Amino acid sequence: MSAASPQTSWLPQGTVYGMLMNFADEHAALAAQMQEPPYKAAPQAPVLFIKTANTFSPHGSAIALPEGAHEVQIKASAGLIFLSNKPVAHAFTAQSAIKYVANVVLISDLTLPHASFYRPPVKTKCIDGFLCVAPAPHSAPPLAEIDKLRITVTINGKPVQTIDMAQMVRNCEKLVADVGEFIDLQTGDVLMVGSPFDAPLARAGDVVEISAPGYATLRHSVVANSDVRSEGHNEVHR
Amino acid sequence: MKRARVIHQGRECDATDSDGALQLHGAARVPYNAVTWLPPLHDVPRPRTILALGLNYADHAKELSFKAPDEPLAFVKGQSSLIGHRAQTIRPAGVHMMHYECELAVVMGRTASHVRKADAYDFIAGYTVANDYAIRDYLENWYRPNLRVKGRPTCTPIGPWLVDAADIADPMQLALQATVNGQITQRGNTRDMIFDVPTLIEYFSSFMTLQPGDLILTGTPDGVVDCKVGDVIVTSIEGVGALQSTICAPTS
Repeated sequence: MSAASPQTSWLPQGTVYGMLMNFADEHAALAAQMQEPPYKAAPQAPVLFIKTANTFSPHGSAIALPEGAHEVQIKASAGLIFLSNKPVAHAFTAQSAIKYVANVVLISDLTLPHASFYRPPVKTKCIDGFLCVAPAPHSAPPLAEIDKLRITVTINGKPVQTIDMAQMVRNCEKLVADVGEFIDLQTGDVLMVGSPFDAPLARAGDVVEISAPGYATLRHSVVANSDVRSEGHNEVHR
Repeated sequence: MKRARVIHQGRECDATDSDGALQLHGAARVPYNAVTWLPPLHDVPRPRTILALGLNYADHAKELSFKAPDEPLAFVKGQSSLIGHRAQTIRPAGVHMMHYECELAVVMGRTASHVRKADAYDFIAGYTVANDYAIRDYLENWYRPNLRVKGRPTCTPIGPWLVDAADIADPMQLALQATVNGQITQRGNTRDMIFDVPTLIEYFSSFMTLQPGDLILTGTPDGVVDCKVGDVIVTSIEGVGALQSTICAPTS
């Protein structure tokens, strides 16, 4: 993705982790399958995935669908950004993790719809451009306030989803502690706290906005693969 | 050329292998044990992509009772899982099965997007050895292998050297082995990969652009065993290097 104007081009500086099934509806939707193959049990630890750096797109980007894809899920999420000066390779404890969350940012985690959650979602989530971030992070309030946030997703100006963060299975504090047990969250790393199951779908030509009170609004469009090639530009003009 | 990144007298620097010792850039020649070894990688302007392969050797797939996959089984690791040669790797308290995985690691040298298999070698800077430890007690069947198994700090030693691609005549004909306290426990050859290095580069670059410094850990052959606290594990690949790690208990 080409950069938006310089003052709006914030991008993650560290590894971006995401979470499956951290919303009550997502957990409920998969509950019936959990005891069946291939899963055979409900997950115990947070189920994480990574969005690789090739996915990072600044606010204002036009994000291309890969060839053969006609729609993409918009998994809107809050991303907790870490700041740490702790010794390398010493895991967080529940108490120590919290004070290292420095900032929060709204994120659009674009995902090709997939019905199986057995294997890591590399081909469905690590596509070029498939993570768009708000123009600026927001200084983190206490985690309990993030737990009460309401995030609104609009497509072409029409509200399509309101995310009530109170529906999280693990609240922010619990999530950071449980992830910190096995991931060394370093300065600049981002932890997306999850998103409901019924993510809205966007198609080529759609403009997506993700907003929350007091946070910088994130906007991007979705374009067909061929549009990027033929027009040679990929910014949203609005 | 075999290149390393080390800390010598508190300072990070580049080094090269020189007749059984380390030639520090712009400084002294020192013995191997005079430094702390870092992953043999330079900083990159954006987070490093670390791709890894599961079940990429037919015998290992069989060992784990899986049929060979028909497309690469890929997973992603965070940068914070990496550690250098001769480091300590933490075995969590109370686990029953933690095993090494000796793997050829490919270091990308050029931006790679929609690369054809025939051109793939042109995009490689070099090779190193990775030990992709797994803690099987933590396996869950959601986005498997899950990050609690594969993303832990200290659990991906890598090094000691970045060996220039030009110095490896055929990366698909390299013997691999692992030893535990000097006893050989794993033997294999990169020729037995299900998806070879050019195929992997073509596959990944078909949907994700790889950048210089990005890594592909290409999977491990048959022969993994449990590693206990105090065990010294050496994973080695012919012409690339011998990577040592020592298993330790968590500090409380």
